[in-house]
Amino acid sequence: MSEPTVRIQKVRRNTLKIRLIVFGALAAGLLIGSIFSDYLTPYDPYLQDLMNTKAAPSAEHLLGTDRYGRDMLSRVIVGSRASIFSTLLLVAIITVTGTVIGLFCGWHGKWIDTVLMRISDMFLAFPGLVFALAVAGVLGGGLHNAIIALAAISWPKYARIARSQTLAQKETLWLKAAKLSGSSTGKIVLKHILPNIIGPILVTSMLDIGTMMMELAGLSFLGLGAKPPTAEWGSMMSDTRSLLTTAPWVTLAPGLAIFVSVMIFNLLGDTVRDWADPKMRGR
Amino acid sequence: MRRYVAKRLIQLIPVLLGITFLSFAMMRIAGSDAITELYGDKGAVAQEIIDARRAELGLDQPFLKQYVSWLGGLLRGDMGTSYVSGKDVFQTFISKLPATLLLTALSILVTVVISIPLGVLAAVNHDRLIDYALRVLSFIGNSLPNFFVALLLMQLLAIRWKLLPVLSNGTGIRSAVMPTLTLAIAMSAKYMRQVRATVLEELNREYVAGAKARGVRDRVILWKSVLKSAMLTIITLLALSVGSLLGGTAIIESIFMWDGVGKLAVDAITLRDYPLIQAYVIWMAIIYVMVNLVTDLLYHALDPRIRLGVSRE
Repeated sequence: MSEPTVRIQKVRRNTLKIRLIVFGALAAGLLIGSIFSDYLTPYDPYLQDLMNTKAAPSAEHLLGTDRYGRDMLSRVIVGSRASIFSTLLLVAIITVTGTVIGLFCGWHGKWIDTVLMRISDMFLAFPGLVFALAVAGVLGGGLHNAIIALAAISWPKYARIARSQTLAQKETLWLKAAKLSGSSTGKIVLKHILPNIIGPILVTSMLDIGTMMMELAGLSFLGLGAKPPTAEWGSMMSDTRSLLTTAPWVTLAPGLAIFVSVMIFNLLGDTVRDWADPKMRGR
Repeated sequence: MRRYVAKRLIQLIPVLLGITFLSFAMMRIAGSDAITELYGDKGAVAQEIIDARRAELGLDQPFLKQYVSWLGGLLRGDMGTSYVSGKDVFQTFISKLPATLLLTALSILVTVVISIPLGVLAAVNHDRLIDYALRVLSFIGNSLPNFFVALLLMQLLAIRWKLLPVLSNGTGIRSAVMPTLTLAIAMSAKYMRQVRATVLEELNREYVAGAKARGVRDRVILWKSVLKSAMLTIITLLALSVGSLLGGTAIIESIFMWDGVGKLAVDAITLRDYPLIQAYVIWMAIIYVMVNLVTDLLYHALDPRIRLGVSRE
């Protein structure tokens, strides 16, 4: 290793830390903002002002007003709660379910492992949104059902990671030592395996937040997720599609909000991945 | 090779059974069959008539028996009739399939044209300004929901600049521009990154340094060696991304009124036309599995290292 390379690595390490702090803060801000969204709106998001409908963005209404004269900025802010929280809930569900199933399969092995893994293969055989679309369609609309639909198709990825990691852990010497010294299964799984496999799983879920947010919004856009009057970005966009010719800001503002949030979560996800896995840096 | 093909085909059987079983079970969980759809929920028609019709259609049989007979129908191309139009589901689906395949093929073509040159460009200029710029672009493209891109294109190309019709009429080239672009933008963003990573990996191999040391010109190394060996991975990755494309077409088709199976499925979902939804899920999954299989076989057939059983390192 020559000197300059070492220095470059040091600089990279530092920018990584800065990136982690900045994107972490942005994501936290987004989250806190969506919790307190009710207090952050400049106007009442449901207040109609029929004298001032479809107003173009101005100093008074930064994102304009919709067909009932409601302030778009306030509506987008209020919509953040449904969009962001349901996404995080969805990612939490698939992470936990996938990890539990994967851990169980890896630890237990035998026929139950074969059965569960074949089931996960079945789900992996469906192309992305196609299955989610059908599940949501069969269950009927609603944000809950959209979450169930996407969770049904997304857990196998986590189960596979958790399983392969568990299998690798099982072979380690210290785990055999723990077993020999008489630790209970529960203790081994919770105290020895889980902390060691959780890293790659959490990185995967961080990277998935953006995708899941887009897919959830996509289902809502098709009328298979949140339903009006619940303010949610995807459904707000499809509601106002007819205004694209006369008042495009009404349709595009929630889209911009999705884009910005997805970008923040993707940036954070990439940074966390780089931080956890130095090999992937600069890819 | 022949043994490998046979092995892969045999492995396909449980996957296909799984796909059909899941799709069948899903519709049963929905608690709907042709009879409840036909006669409404309760009360309108005497129970005896309902029971008689059920027996006639075999709906009073145990679950697994129903599945087997339904599967038999599926193999004969009989997927029932639409609850709404009363037309044959399989025929309806097949009649809309070419439009979706056309859209998919066009999107892949545009994706290849955009992302392979850009990906190679980024890799060759690793960590220089142009690489960073392209990475930022690909990042933005990755964070854009495709329905947002669709509406944005519609607003700019069709409404503001009036270059194209807002909604498609038929499946002409002018109507295809916006849906194709929408799908290609998202896919290119993802794919460009993969091309870049693959070419970078290949550039870091020892033979490249060896060729350089022997005085082979950079351009010759890039075109004759690097791209040649990277191309196989690049093609494989492209084929594997067909899955996300198949799912993505549904939303884009219904935005642009492109008359393919995606729009058919979304309309069927709105009308709770279960047999059509079922046909859509099953056939999309089968197409996806087949594309993956063919890709895998091609990969094995084309890579001399794998074909001859030589390991990569």
